[in-house]
Amino acid sequence: MPELPLLEVTGLSVDYVLDQGSVRAVDDVSFTVDRGEFLGIVGESGCGKSTLLFAVAQLLSPPAVVAGGSVLFQGTNLVGLTDDQLSAVRWRDMSVVMQSAMNALNPVTSIGAQFKDAMRAHGKYSAEEITARSAEVLRMVGIDPVHLRSYPHQLSGGMRQRSMIAMALLFTPDLVIMDEPTSALDVVAQRSLMVQIKELQQTFGFAVIFVTHDMSLISHFSDRLMVMYAGQVDELGVTRQIFDKPLHPYTQGLLEAFPSIHGPRVPLKGIPGNPPSLASPPSGCRFHPRCPSAFDRCPAVTPDLYAVGGTLVRCLLHENGSPSR
Amino acid sequence: MRYALRRLGFFILTLWVAITLNFLLPRLMPGNPALAMMAKFHNQGVTPQTLHTLEILFGVNSHQSLIGQYFGYLHQIVTFNFGTSLDEYPASVTSVIGSAIWWTVGLVGITTVLAFILGTGLGIVSAWRRGGKLDSIVPPTFVITSAIPYFWVAMVLVLVFALTLHWFPSQGGYYVTTDTPGFNLTFFQDVVNHAFLPAFALLITTIGTWILTMRNTMITTLAEDYVRMARAKGLPSWRIMLDYAARNAILPNLTGFAMSLGFVVSGAILIEYVFNYPGVGYMLLQAVSGEDYPLMQGLFLLITVTVLFAILLADILTAILDPRTRAAR
Amino acid sequence: MAMPVSGVPTQTPAAQAPTGSGHHALARIGRAVRSNRKATVGTVLLLIFILIALFPGVIAHDSPTQDAYAPQLGISTAHLLGTNHYGQDLFSQLVYGTRNVLIIAFVVGLATTGIAVLIGVAAAYLGGGWDGTLNVLTDVLLVIPLFPLLIIIAAYAHGGTTLVLIAAITLTSWSYTARQLRAQALTLRNRDFLAAARVRGERQLYIIMVEVIPTMTSLIVASFLTNALYAVLFASSLQFIGLGDPNTVSWGTTLYWAENNAALQTGEPLWAIAPGACIAVLGAAFALLNYAFDEIGNPALRPVRNPRSKRA
Repeated sequence: MPELPLLEVTGLSVDYVLDQGSVRAVDDVSFTVDRGEFLGIVGESGCGKSTLLFAVAQLLSPPAVVAGGSVLFQGTNLVGLTDDQLSAVRWRDMSVVMQSAMNALNPVTSIGAQFKDAMRAHGKYSAEEITARSAEVLRMVGIDPVHLRSYPHQLSGGMRQRSMIAMALLFTPDLVIMDEPTSALDVVAQRSLMVQIKELQQTFGFAVIFVTHDMSLISHFSDRLMVMYAGQVDELGVTRQIFDKPLHPYTQGLLEAFPSIHGPRVPLKGIPGNPPSLASPPSGCRFHPRCPSAFDRCPAVTPDLYAVGGTLVRCLLHENGSPSR
Repeated sequence: MRYALRRLGFFILTLWVAITLNFLLPRLMPGNPALAMMAKFHNQGVTPQTLHTLEILFGVNSHQSLIGQYFGYLHQIVTFNFGTSLDEYPASVTSVIGSAIWWTVGLVGITTVLAFILGTGLGIVSAWRRGGKLDSIVPPTFVITSAIPYFWVAMVLVLVFALTLHWFPSQGGYYVTTDTPGFNLTFFQDVVNHAFLPAFALLITTIGTWILTMRNTMITTLAEDYVRMARAKGLPSWRIMLDYAARNAILPNLTGFAMSLGFVVSGAILIEYVFNYPGVGYMLLQAVSGEDYPLMQGLFLLITVTVLFAILLADILTAILDPRTRAAR
Repeated sequence: MAMPVSGVPTQTPAAQAPTGSGHHALARIGRAVRSNRKATVGTVLLLIFILIALFPGVIAHDSPTQDAYAPQLGISTAHLLGTNHYGQDLFSQLVYGTRNVLIIAFVVGLATTGIAVLIGVAAAYLGGGWDGTLNVLTDVLLVIPLFPLLIIIAAYAHGGTTLVLIAAITLTSWSYTARQLRAQALTLRNRDFLAAARVRGERQLYIIMVEVIPTMTSLIVASFLTNALYAVLFASSLQFIGLGDPNTVSWGTTLYWAENNAALQTGEPLWAIAPGACIAVLGAAFALLNYAFDEIGNPALRPVRNPRSKRA
């Protein structure tokens, strides 16, 4: 009997409510995350992936609002809960790692003080317990605990990022949501950070949702992959399968855009055009203006997500597979 | 350390500029105004030393070059010899100032602290509850009040509360005819009674800026990632508001607050004038109308030094609260 | 004289979006003014005052200086605000006085902002030693309390004409704006579109005049408004304490005469209250416009409508 998924997002939509009208940044997104699973979310800038992440973690700020759908975390719907109700779940069971640690850490308090904040918000701990645990998580990510006294600006970029991850693991939560945590680092630091995250994940068994625009990076580490475009899910399935046989023309374009070390030398192909404006998206399939395989029905019919093998794909070319809902 | 030294250096530099301005201004004005003043002093029958001091301060009847005069002047300043007041002859400038200074310190000091605390608090809360009732009333109201001239507010208060309703006296620091200064309760009550309206006027005119600038920096700060992160950690609202948002929002404002002290002082001058409140500001204006230049100069230096001190304090406070400034080369 | 609202910069120059070239910026500002309620109210008030200043004779039928009437008359249709101690019509005084006030406001506003643009942008672009020197000069002037300084200057000059007031205020008030403009010019200096201009081989001066300054339009306009506001407050305060020319017709001088004659105490409160109210309203107009410009330049400050979802 399959275990209940840790996280079940159904039909989630997010609107930005502006004076001139609403813009839908995330459109009807559904996915699940099982215990210990590593889900990667990829897409271009502006495709809505960060907004989606914040929506799941209930961290949206005005003018962004959840416009519909549900986020079932351990069986409870998080949408509509107040901050007080959410704090029962926050950090203990679900934590967040943000893109730029320089911006995500309070610049005027020490690292240790920020760890202490998080711990004291969720239980009564003595000063020794707090210090011990803080030192422990820092060691887990390879940072000398003496840095508990340091301020964020005194650490290097990589160290800051890792201390953020350490902070996220204070309670070894069931789910860690990561918003492009490696994007601000150089390639070498990126790789080593990813390896470390994967190791930690395997040691402690938490699930990860990892948002990035870097497909090559995510391919080695994620179990499943979700490709987003213009606020919608375009492809969702097991990473290996998507890489071996990408179904959506957009995914194919993404994979052709970076070189592989193995195999014959092939010229790189980019995807022509620009991502669409979400205020007035293209009719029918949103990708059709840039799609090399577009045909006459594409501008007219909005495709659903169709199941092909274990993969879901939003493309009329695969309409033969049954719609997922 | 480096930072503190730099600020101290700036403090000394500005002080020097103020002193030099004091030196240059009477000499630069067409028809040396000091001449007329000296004539008045002569009529008073002053002692030769007094005359000499004044000559050094204002450069009349001097056979020295400008540079020579300047050094003589500096020497006097450093020895706190500001000359003799014309209006209060033969009292020295320092003693005359001394009698007025505590009135202003009391009035301005207490009001500023109150305005700062209330203003900052209101600004923080109003930004925290964006879109709430507080936020829709507070900004427009205080935008308007901050543009109202101080003296007008003082006049309206005098008209309404003193002359019409007779709740408070309309002028003075205490009832000169019936009371003598001393550490007794009646005097104290009298002082408070007289100080209430001026303090209130000063409070409502100065609080607006603090509310608004604090609110605006809070709003910018609330959009920062570390505030979102604090929410993600499930911290209680008040802690996010204070430790993460306000703590960061106040930093750019501290020096600004100190600088606006210059405006508070200006307001105090006008309010004291309207209320005939016997403080430093009122004294300055009396000196102006009496062409008592030595007193004027002394008061100007005093005011400048006070404001400079406040700014220095604010800078030090910023260094204490913001670890990044300490790291700056 | 009152405290600055935009005394501390509410828009960090980096947070401001470039408003584009010259007349695009003006068009956008025009649109923004119409849609923002504060800006509309402020503009309307300002326009009313300008009209009054331009055509005083149309509104007030009496000469402001002629003491032709019986003193201390109350409000009536012949004398909308009554007459003062000397038998002059108060309403006329205020109407004719508008011109003096607005002249001071606009001349000082423009001159101060002009000096500030010069010094601020020069400091940002010349860099190095020039920047250091100009900075120190600016900071020192920033810190010295202006109103006492103005009092001293005006006192030595034995009270000035309006010209003296304008000169004194202009020479002492440019420093805050200069600092703000320098900060913004510095952030712009490194932006891509300027690098493109440099690569194209344009001369520095051209870049500054054609690319940089138009981009700072929003801040420059806001500064003009702030400086105009201070000019009004400083000037009327100086006139009020008798350091302006008591014979000019202006709101501040009317207040001076009122105070001299103890108007409040002798039952002529309108003499004192009315001019002050005019200053307050004009000041409010400038302040509202300024506040609106803050919101236009920094969209984060605009009024928020709380959406249906729980407070974020």
